Amino acid sequence: MTRFILQRLMLLPLLMIAFSILVFAIVQAPPGDFLTSYTATLASSGSSVSAEQLEALRRQYGLDQPLAVQYLRWMQQLLQGDLGLSLEYQRPNAELIGEVLVLTLVLALFSFVLTWAIAVPAGIYSATHQRSVVDYILTVLNYIGVATPNFMLALVLMWVAFAYLGIGVTGLFSADMVAEPWGWPKFIDLLKHIWLPALVLGIAGTARLTRVMRANLLDELNKPYVMTARAKGMSEWKLVLRYPVRLAFNPLVSTIGWYLPQLFSGSLIVATVMNLPNIGPLLLRALVNQDMYLAGAILLIYCLLTIVGTLLSDILLAWLDPRIRMDG
Amino acid sequence: MAIASATNSAAEERISVASNWTLVWWRFKKHKLALISAGILAVLYAIVLCPDFFSTQDPERTDARQAFIPIQGIHFFDDGRFDPWVPGIVGKRNPVTLRMEWQIDPSKKTRVGFFVTGKAYRFLGLVPMSTHLIGPRDANDRIFLLGSDRLGRDQWSRIMHGTQTSMTIGLVAVTLSVILGVVLGGISGYYGGWPDQVIQRLIELLQSVPTIPIWLALSAALPRDWTPTQVFFAITVILSLIGWTTLGREVRGRFLALREEDFVLAADLAGASQARIILRHMVPTFLSHIIATSSLAIPVMIINETSLSFLGLGIRPPAISWGVLLQEAQNIQTLALAPWLLIPGLLVIVAVLAFNLVGDGLRDASDPYSK
Repeated sequence: MTRFILQRLMLLPLLMIAFSILVFAIVQAPPGDFLTSYTATLASSGSSVSAEQLEALRRQYGLDQPLAVQYLRWMQQLLQGDLGLSLEYQRPNAELIGEVLVLTLVLALFSFVLTWAIAVPAGIYSATHQRSVVDYILTVLNYIGVATPNFMLALVLMWVAFAYLGIGVTGLFSADMVAEPWGWPKFIDLLKHIWLPALVLGIAGTARLTRVMRANLLDELNKPYVMTARAKGMSEWKLVLRYPVRLAFNPLVSTIGWYLPQLFSGSLIVATVMNLPNIGPLLLRALVNQDMYLAGAILLIYCLLTIVGTLLSDILLAWLDPRIRMDG
Repeated sequence: MAIASATNSAAEERISVASNWTLVWWRFKKHKLALISAGILAVLYAIVLCPDFFSTQDPERTDARQAFIPIQGIHFFDDGRFDPWVPGIVGKRNPVTLRMEWQIDPSKKTRVGFFVTGKAYRFLGLVPMSTHLIGPRDANDRIFLLGSDRLGRDQWSRIMHGTQTSMTIGLVAVTLSVILGVVLGGISGYYGGWPDQVIQRLIELLQSVPTIPIWLALSAALPRDWTPTQVFFAITVILSLIGWTTLGREVRGRFLALREEDFVLAADLAGASQARIILRHMVPTFLSHIIATSSLAIPVMIINETSLSFLGLGIRPPAISWGVLLQEAQNIQTLALAPWLLIPGLLVIVAVLAFNLVGDGLRDASDPYSK
């Protein structure tokens, strides 16, 4: 088990290096640099920068160096834990990201818990009551859940809440709570607001997981050991929950590997539409304004979250299923 | 008894001489939902072929005085006779908000007809035509079957053109990923060794990429001055660059399994070239499976394109796609005023559902062991 985890951990730095090159290449790709779009913004507001000032700024940020040098410099800073300075906000990137990273994680994890809390019981019910009315309704809901883009669902909910209930459902806090320091009341306020974005974010995943759970459980329910247990007079619920459900869980756990990362990147769209304080909108702004080190840092964090999510599911699966840990 | 067994054996013979594709079709036909969905897709692709024929007017025609006109529902009968019409619209300026408020006025009727002459266009970009499936009989009238947007553009016609872009993107992006997946997965599975190692590591790397952020970053990197066509192709390439990995894995798995089969060995011994073995003997055995898998990949591409465009980083106006149309619905105040701007989203859901159902049907039908 330890060896298995260690092997996986060894792979992490290699992957991160590959990603850092990829990310650097992407944020470097747009023609021009931050200063080009900065001068354009200044020009549109009427002021301008002299050529010497621009040159000085370019030198200060190292934008005049060859790409390889810029990359190595960036890596050197990253390894020292320095994410660099945001060109647009003139503040350390680490600070900017730190403000919203926690909320990003909270949203994704909350959504994850919500998904499982809905999908597992729904899947079990569907499988044990195959071809019942509820099973059909759940199947239809699942198809629609998979087919609806996140942002569309968010739009519809926001519209219904606004037009028919007269409430705004954007943001993660009430207006008077945003500036408050963290504490119990603020946390309660967060809980009041987070469930809707979490639900929107998790709807497609919930639909998929319900289907996986249903299919797995159906496979298990047809096996002879279930019939044996039933013949011995075990009560139906106890039987289902104790044996087949536990076995049907393994494939479900293996979905975490793609599901957690998907939640992290999916939250980008939901957060933008619902105006949540999340790293998604921050990335979008940084990309549009060519604030390259901020965009790069955020992209790298997404990569890290993705890798950690996959790692977590591998470890969980190995812990649940001895066949995997023996092979590893 | 004798008759029954005779028809039975006739049926059996029919099955035993049927080609693989006939068998797939017979099984697919049994899925009623999949069959209906296939019909919906056929209609959508007819629109893709010639959106102008289905439009009622020029999708780019703006008129600030006709902004946010509500849906003009079409009525087929007037006085019990077939005589299609849409109710007229009367506008009144609200004295408080100074906003135009539209009312449906059924007493004013705009006559519409099928196959009417309207704006000239070129069918498939070649044949000049001016017939439209549906439109006002008097070419000077404007009708808004699905309302108008903030610039007074006709949403019905815009949706027709958006359908063309969005459905094509899905198809082209999946075709590209299929090509990438089959070639790279095929090399990986057929040859093994170091090419296999390299390709497998590449797939692992790409699969641990956080897709949406990277897509966004890549689209943001596209030069601002590219033409809509260039952007369109760039977006398809971006979508398929990451999308091919699942298919690549599956193809590799099939190749690995098939490589050991007797019929491959037989073909090899008979002196068939490698290209012939792969294309003539191996690929047909899992072609139907690839088609099923890729028809399940198209809806994913469509959702991704729509999301990217919605965020302003995909297809850019003046090009029209479902995502571009939904950008108009971004503002909640606007949406409360003009909820019909959400209709393109409904179309996304219908298209994705249809693809998913057809894909499921095809997958079941192409599995020779299913009942």
